Amino acid sequence: MAQITGYIFDAVVVEGDTAFTLPALCRACGLDSKQLMALVAEGVLDPAGHSPQDWVFGGQSLRTALAAQRLMQDLEMDMSGVAMVLDLLGEIASLRSQLSRSCTR
Amino acid sequence: MGATIQFQDYYATLGVEQSATPDQIKRAFRKLARKYHPDVSKEPDAEARFKEVAEAYKALKDPEKRAAYDQVGRGYSKGQAFDPPPDWGSGFAYSGRGDEAGDGADFSDFFSSLFGRGNGAAANGHARGGPFGGTAAAQGADRHARIAIDLEDAYRGASRTITLRIPAIDAQGRAAVHERQLAVNIPRGVRAGQHLRLAGQGSAGSGGLPAGDLYLEIAINPHARFRVDGADVYMDLPVAPWEAALGAMVAAPTPEGTVQITVPPGSAPGRKLRLRGRGLPGTAAGAAPGNMYVLLAVGIPRPHTDAEKAAYADMARAFPHYAPRGAMEA
Repeated sequence: MAQITGYIFDAVVVEGDTAFTLPALCRACGLDSKQLMALVAEGVLDPAGHSPQDWVFGGQSLRTALAAQRLMQDLEMDMSGVAMVLDLLGEIASLRSQLSRSCTR
Repeated sequence: MGATIQFQDYYATLGVEQSATPDQIKRAFRKLARKYHPDVSKEPDAEARFKEVAEAYKALKDPEKRAAYDQVGRGYSKGQAFDPPPDWGSGFAYSGRGDEAGDGADFSDFFSSLFGRGNGAAANGHARGGPFGGTAAAQGADRHARIAIDLEDAYRGASRTITLRIPAIDAQGRAAVHERQLAVNIPRGVRAGQHLRLAGQGSAGSGGLPAGDLYLEIAINPHARFRVDGADVYMDLPVAPWEAALGAMVAAPTPEGTVQITVPPGSAPGRKLRLRGRGLPGTAAGAAPGNMYVLLAVGIPRPHTDAEKAAYADMARAFPHYAPRGAMEA
């Protein structure tokens, strides 16, 4: 049974408008703070701030952290494997974007 | 439940024999999981295939579940309508350890009717504690969903109604999914891979703590004519050799309508013309608009008539010094 609310929600674009503290990013991506700290240590995430208590993650961190969470959960990968895969995925994405920038004919 | 439940052949999904050892099942799963993982795979149906494979593994890796599946599954083949046996619902009690945070709502009806909707019952994984996790007060879990829009929607903004499938346990302790519809304004200028946040639209909190948030990941449907790269949009524009050589004003479609483009004289194939600010629009959050790039694709008309052939011959005579393979000569 579907229940319909009459209200139309205005969404916020996370990548533009949102910054995450460590606990907020944990909640949004499903990783715990230890795992996120390990991603920072691997250089995968690069928050502003000096200590975990005052870390601020940019909105684009959500995408990276979610991908890391899925790789860990679904493929049982460890942190350095995740970091490596994310690097390679980034490289594939930039190759694909080069491809879409060049003429297809 | 009125709908027919289709039998799922989990052994076939993983490509293993029914007699496969736990190790063989694990190996088969790992291999397929790498092949179809939506973050890694570019197979068009990767996400659906990954869900099938993950469901099959979830059923077969646990000896209790596998035994139950083997017992009820005898004599069925994939897709066949599945009639639950008469003692249905009494025989299979699971230890219910809170293992993987699977997305309960994503399992097939077959899986759910056999094993329930998972233990956490919070969509997409991130519930810690979850709705049944004891008495502690907890903020509701954040939820995630994906939404695909057309390129034109990204240019103009759009409003969409999305349907969320929310797993829940009813008063009799049975798993059920109820659907909730939510209308959302998608802001103009949103890019593929970005996330929209709807505050307070995640799972309900307990003990007076607030609900989680709902995140929608944006995908932009492939377009027959335009390619999107971040905020920039690319298009191939066919031109005639004389348009490229002599220059021309030509009409070119953009996602916002047709524009007139000046092709400069002496343009080579693949020349990139920039339409500044005609990519995805800027956003309220201050992202700059993208550009549109038009790549000239010069067509070579095939000569059929004598006059057409003569035109090429005239051209050859007019360019006696043109050496297309000049760089190749020793």
